Amino acid sequence: MTVQIKPILSALRRHKAGTFLIAMQIALTLAIVCNALFIIQQRLAHLSEPTGLDEPNIFVVQNEWVGQATAEQVDAKMREDISVLRALPGVQDATPSNSYPLRGGGWDDGIKLKPEQLQDTSGAAIYFGDDHFIDTLGIKLVAGRNFRSEEITSMNVRDRLSPPVVIVTKALANKLFPSGDAVGKTIYLVGGPTTIIGVVELLQSQSVDRWAAGFAYRSVIVPKRLAISLGGWYIVRARPGQLDAAMRAAPKALFEHNPRRVINDEDGILSFSQVRSRAYERDRGMAILMGVICVVLLAITAAGIVGLTSFWVGQRRKQIGVRRALGATRQDILHYFMTENFLISCGGVVVGTLLAVAINLWLVTRFEMHRLSLVYVLAGVVILLLLGQGAVLAPAMRASRVPPVEATRSV
Amino acid sequence: MFSYYLDLALRSLRRNRVLTALMVLAIALGIGASMTTLTVLHVLSGDPLPGSSDTLFYPQIDPRDMDGYEPGKEPPRQVTWTDGQNLMRAKRGDRQALMTGGAVPVQPAQSGMEPFYGDARYTTADFFPMFKVPFLYGHGWSASDDESKARVVVITRTLNDKLFGGKDSTGQTLRMKDLAFQVIGVLDSWRPNPHFYDVYMGNYAAAEDVFVPLSTSRDAHFDHNGSTDCWGTGGGDQEHAETSPCVWLQFWVQLDSAAKVASYKEFLTHYSQEQKSLGRFERPPNVRLPDLMEWLDINKVVPGDVRLQTWLAFGFLLVCLVNTVGLMLAKFLRRAGELGVRRALGASKREVFSQLLVESGVIGLAGGIGGLVLAFTGLWLVRLQPSNYASLAHLDVKMLLITFLLAIGSTLLAGLLPAWRACQITPALQLKSQ
Repeated sequence: MTVQIKPILSALRRHKAGTFLIAMQIALTLAIVCNALFIIQQRLAHLSEPTGLDEPNIFVVQNEWVGQATAEQVDAKMREDISVLRALPGVQDATPSNSYPLRGGGWDDGIKLKPEQLQDTSGAAIYFGDDHFIDTLGIKLVAGRNFRSEEITSMNVRDRLSPPVVIVTKALANKLFPSGDAVGKTIYLVGGPTTIIGVVELLQSQSVDRWAAGFAYRSVIVPKRLAISLGGWYIVRARPGQLDAAMRAAPKALFEHNPRRVINDEDGILSFSQVRSRAYERDRGMAILMGVICVVLLAITAAGIVGLTSFWVGQRRKQIGVRRALGATRQDILHYFMTENFLISCGGVVVGTLLAVAINLWLVTRFEMHRLSLVYVLAGVVILLLLGQGAVLAPAMRASRVPPVEATRSV
Repeated sequence: MFSYYLDLALRSLRRNRVLTALMVLAIALGIGASMTTLTVLHVLSGDPLPGSSDTLFYPQIDPRDMDGYEPGKEPPRQVTWTDGQNLMRAKRGDRQALMTGGAVPVQPAQSGMEPFYGDARYTTADFFPMFKVPFLYGHGWSASDDESKARVVVITRTLNDKLFGGKDSTGQTLRMKDLAFQVIGVLDSWRPNPHFYDVYMGNYAAAEDVFVPLSTSRDAHFDHNGSTDCWGTGGGDQEHAETSPCVWLQFWVQLDSAAKVASYKEFLTHYSQEQKSLGRFERPPNVRLPDLMEWLDINKVVPGDVRLQTWLAFGFLLVCLVNTVGLMLAKFLRRAGELGVRRALGASKREVFSQLLVESGVIGLAGGIGGLVLAFTGLWLVRLQPSNYASLAHLDVKMLLITFLLAIGSTLLAGLLPAWRACQITPALQLKSQ
């Protein structure tokens, strides 16, 4: 069965405005939808990046001290707190730190391979931790060794950052030593040289915002407890299934031990799933918004196609009747309208593809977006062609039911 | 005539309810989405200090070493303690203030109230007059208080309500980090948007809870929050922040005339040269002097996502309008017979045209009302979001008017083509086929 395209085209020529409007609408919708789909995919990929941590069992406590204290006193109080936490029945391990992955901010530094280098070889997130840090976070040591307890020292904020040994992530090790033999090598932190003694598989940086994207997953763990008079963070790993109980017990035990502290009611204690949802809130919101816009846009375009095609069908009842009287089957009429829509959609899709690429190029310059992958354009094209065919189906069916006798009626 | 057209329009719209509803809904969705995002953008990109923002400037100088030097690169966005003090002492502006953010443990005197951490701003005397900060009770401190490291504090209205039940608390004592401070002033409600004077505390953060002289804050070992950027041997050490090569303070200056701005820029260059000859600076002089609004631009204070959403919403509105043009075209042409009769009975093209435009105007008005409802809903949803600007998203009168202008204007525009096409109908042809 062949559908004659020529008569369709000459019919469309008599409806230039309507044809143009449907094609325009399809083009604009395609351009917006495939860029939106692309943004959704980017955001979703971003927010499902792993941190490397045993997330279901970890929570963090932000402890702030009240009153004046020397660095030595702060360190002593911090060590007491950690032993209080470790002694809790639901707690597997705990470590003090200056920050934690996805917190949104923290200490980052430039790493150099030679002291006289002018430009840093890489940026890196700096985590302070003791010999329990790796076990508490549940990250995996893939080369070298963990810190020994005698290597852990206290660091005052007034001291320069110059630990004798550090553990780095695989991502950083690969960047600094691509041949894969980082353990035992010397690198330069801001405060001086240090030796890599271990490599952990995965540890996300403290922020996943754009400013930190350059050193994502490149982290350095230094064997120090950072004594800040303001306070700091305790990262706690609960025993499997005891997270809620441990999260309730921890502040109680800490306040019983020493009440001169502040643990904020709102965000003083966060489970890691809360940390994750806070860190990616914006990305998730954007993805949802884009999704809603896509669905509504497609619905409006479909409604527009239904409306305009219905009008055309109504207008051409007489011609349809004539065609039917001259021997056209109902199938022929159905195919006529489906093909007509397909031709218009194709025109719209071609313009829409160009528009989509143009919009994407503009977004790249203005919003630090990536180049649109053609898969999304293709997906958009398929969606819109199917949408057009689906939308035109109902009016086309109605057209195919026009009886041949219509040809003899005058109105 | 207008009321007759209106009557005709309503009749016509009632005749095909589904089509009418579809058009109104499309316009409403487009308008609702555009107005929601436009309002957020409008709120976020506003002028925090209307009337005085063009006299406030943020000097930038480059005190770093040659490490990573590239000619023409932007100087640091904050100043060191030494440079801050030098610029304060030089007193070349009409007013100037040096500041940084922090957090202090507040220990309420009332029993039963736990200590809590409050956001603090450590600054100098001119902060209050320069930024036109309104006072409910008392006043700010003087330059001599800065000099003598006076234990004085200015608190916000919110904190005053919380600690002193909203009464005039000037003269009372407030304990912070085990030290006693005398309350000398209570601010009236003040929330400049964006939080322009220190963009490192969150671009749309509320004002701090307590304000303490900068010199006092160093004396009391109050902790500094915000960005600290160090080079060379600097380690971000808080105790020796006065001498370490780190930028961690914001310096603002008020310059009331263009001549003063030019001479201040010259002064900054001279200062950089002088410091270089003293051996403190290593780089060639690299100074900038953006005014307040330029400074917000440089910091890209308005989130990219918000701008992206606004563009998206207007793209959405465009599709909705194209859709409406198509539907109106179908609707008007379907009534070719009726219009033909009207033309044959003596209505001019012009009258038919305006009749059809009234009809699209009615759709626009209905769409505008629907869009307004959707915009209110949209803004309510935005306010539920956790971002720190969420609570600011409210529709003001200006945006309300824009909503209706946009709705009716764009629908009339959308009605032009269909109405024009419908006018081209030859009456005779229509009458014949009847």
